[in-house]
Amino acid sequence: MPSNEVIQGLGLDDYKFGFVTDSEPVFRTRPGLDADIVRQISGRKDEPAWMLARRLKALKIYESKPMPEWGGDLSELQETLDQTYFYVKPQEQMERSWDDVPENIKLTFERLGIPEAERKILAGVGAQYDSEMVYHSLKEEWEAKGVIFDSIEDGLKNHPELFRKYFGTVIPAADNKFAALNSAVWSGGSFVYIPPGVQLETPLQAYFRVNQERLGQFERTLIIADEGSRAHYIEGCTAPIYSTDSFHSGVIEIVVKKDAYFRYTTIQNWSNNMYNLVTQRALVHRGAHMEWLDGNLGSKLTMKYPSCYLMEEGAHGDILSIAYAGDGQHQDTGGKVIHVAPNTSSSIVSKSISKGTGRSSYRGLCKVYDGATNAKSNVECDALLINETSRTDTFPYIEIDERSASVGHEATVSKVGDEQLFYLMSRGMDEAEAMALIVRGFIEPIAKELPLEYAVELNRLIELEMEGSVG
Amino acid sequence: MNDKAILSVTGLRARVAEEDLDILRGVDLNIRPGETHAIMGPNGSGKSTLAKVVAGHPAYQVTAGSVAFQGEDLLEMEPDERSQAGIFMAFQYPIAIPGVSIANFLRTALQARLGDDEELDLFDFQELLMERMELLDMDPSFAQRPINDGFSGGEKKRNEILQMSVLKPALALMDETDSGLDIDALKIVAHGVNTLREENPDMSVLLITHYQRILNHVIPDVVHVMYRGRIVESGGPEVAMELEARGYEEYRIAHAV
Repeated sequence: MPSNEVIQGLGLDDYKFGFVTDSEPVFRTRPGLDADIVRQISGRKDEPAWMLARRLKALKIYESKPMPEWGGDLSELQETLDQTYFYVKPQEQMERSWDDVPENIKLTFERLGIPEAERKILAGVGAQYDSEMVYHSLKEEWEAKGVIFDSIEDGLKNHPELFRKYFGTVIPAADNKFAALNSAVWSGGSFVYIPPGVQLETPLQAYFRVNQERLGQFERTLIIADEGSRAHYIEGCTAPIYSTDSFHSGVIEIVVKKDAYFRYTTIQNWSNNMYNLVTQRALVHRGAHMEWLDGNLGSKLTMKYPSCYLMEEGAHGDILSIAYAGDGQHQDTGGKVIHVAPNTSSSIVSKSISKGTGRSSYRGLCKVYDGATNAKSNVECDALLINETSRTDTFPYIEIDERSASVGHEATVSKVGDEQLFYLMSRGMDEAEAMALIVRGFIEPIAKELPLEYAVELNRLIELEMEGSVG
Repeated sequence: MNDKAILSVTGLRARVAEEDLDILRGVDLNIRPGETHAIMGPNGSGKSTLAKVVAGHPAYQVTAGSVAFQGEDLLEMEPDERSQAGIFMAFQYPIAIPGVSIANFLRTALQARLGDDEELDLFDFQELLMERMELLDMDPSFAQRPINDGFSGGEKKRNEILQMSVLKPALALMDETDSGLDIDALKIVAHGVNTLREENPDMSVLLITHYQRILNHVIPDVVHVMYRGRIVESGGPEVAMELEARGYEEYRIAHAV
């Protein structure tokens, strides 16, 4: 086993996004949650009555559902939620020009390494600070082709019919306790519409930042990829390190229509005081293709299982999941593929790295309904353990009601061994370089799927920060 | 310079860490620049242990004696420092590193030799790698395969020699590189080693083997017989021929406990 010094040298535990920005919110609700708070949120957003009614109904569902007893340890979550601010409004209005964003908030995003140059290579950028988007922009050429990339609030205001047609249809409030909670108090997130046949050449990106202590962030994203369209959406998340726990519970709904292709990439790097409980689901229609690329590096506890519902013939879903669990972290992640129609296919590839007392769990579901003839699914999950104290578990659920389905599952657990380290060191690499190469090789099948700048960032986290740290 | 040993092993005793029996029980060995030494011996005699101790394998603990490499105390050095000083061990059982291509692996190893201030010239590297692969009759696409992952026995051994020929050591330790190779593969490997010896006449080789066969292709200057943790006989290539004919029986009698 490698020395602790070397493992620390990997830089995975050096959380460089943990700073706090001194910014005064324009409004926040009192701590805790009740119907009055839901009304305040809805009122601040100037919402139509139907949305408030939905929120209040969702609150009742949330209150009626028990805290889950599977997955991670949620025994202290209620205490956290009782002290949480469910809505913190960072500025009066969302800006379309970066120059109009308040200086300290703008500097925050600059410090997070989202420089102008990087924004330029994207088709559109959104930035959320605490409970609301502070900035959203879309390149003119895409706007001219009818692409909508907006805050979720503006989606509701400016495209009410489209919004109402799909909102809550992929993930209803009653789906699970935290989907209900999000449906009651959602704030921020993106509304995306890609018109038929439009193919975005560069990604859309949304960046989520929590600044306020004891904040609950509940972004809600609704994406409709219309027939034959093609797009890629990326989200990144960070937060300061506080001694109290924070809470993030997003809901991401995606509709991928006939022959469309949509990829949703997450690089989640929350600080280690964050509960991250997210529901992400895509409905995939005839001949369409959905890909989730889910990277979970941060948080105290993440429970997140992106899912593909393969609704019509020929639909295809891929889930690539990578998790890193450092000391005290628990990544309970994986994916779900639901085959409803004939000739649908799916794959889940999950890679996890556990270090120190870190724990990673793969939790996945493959369900094939009766009548989904010739459905094919393949699941592969690999875990890498760095220390004797590291832990990994695998919970694969397979439910098949169709005889012609073909489903494969493969799981491996490996440890970074002395023999591997010695082999690399005998070629002249020091222990840290050797560790990094092993870890990088392990995640390579997923890293190669990332856009270059994200692959670089991932490698930087795992590799470059260690330079000079072992002597 | 030439009469001074590049590797000097004196009274070396070593064991598997945390076990109480020495495997090496007083090894003395001097290798001068440009010399090729072969060590033969039956299973369990300590041949491979000697190579691993010289390379710095963490599973072994030195209990007595010294090892000097180019005048430096080798036992004070980490395995990566030994490698950078010019020692290379071709493994008997090379280790798989999934997801890491041969090219990436060798690039990282060469970059490690340059340090932080200097960047490896990728064009030069590519050229060197291709030239070396051709020498060892390897298909260029091989460079993109994850190292030792799913390789056949012969591919693994050839890959070890490829690494050796790229890293250009001053002292090559070849731990049973010939075992598991058919005659064609053996000739390719031997050709690779001989080419390196021609390129760098000062390169020394310590070749550990069970069989005389490889010594027809890589001609040694000195052949040692190792038995029960000691070198019990040294001589020219004829020693290997005699061993092949007579076996280890006489050593068994002479060195019985």
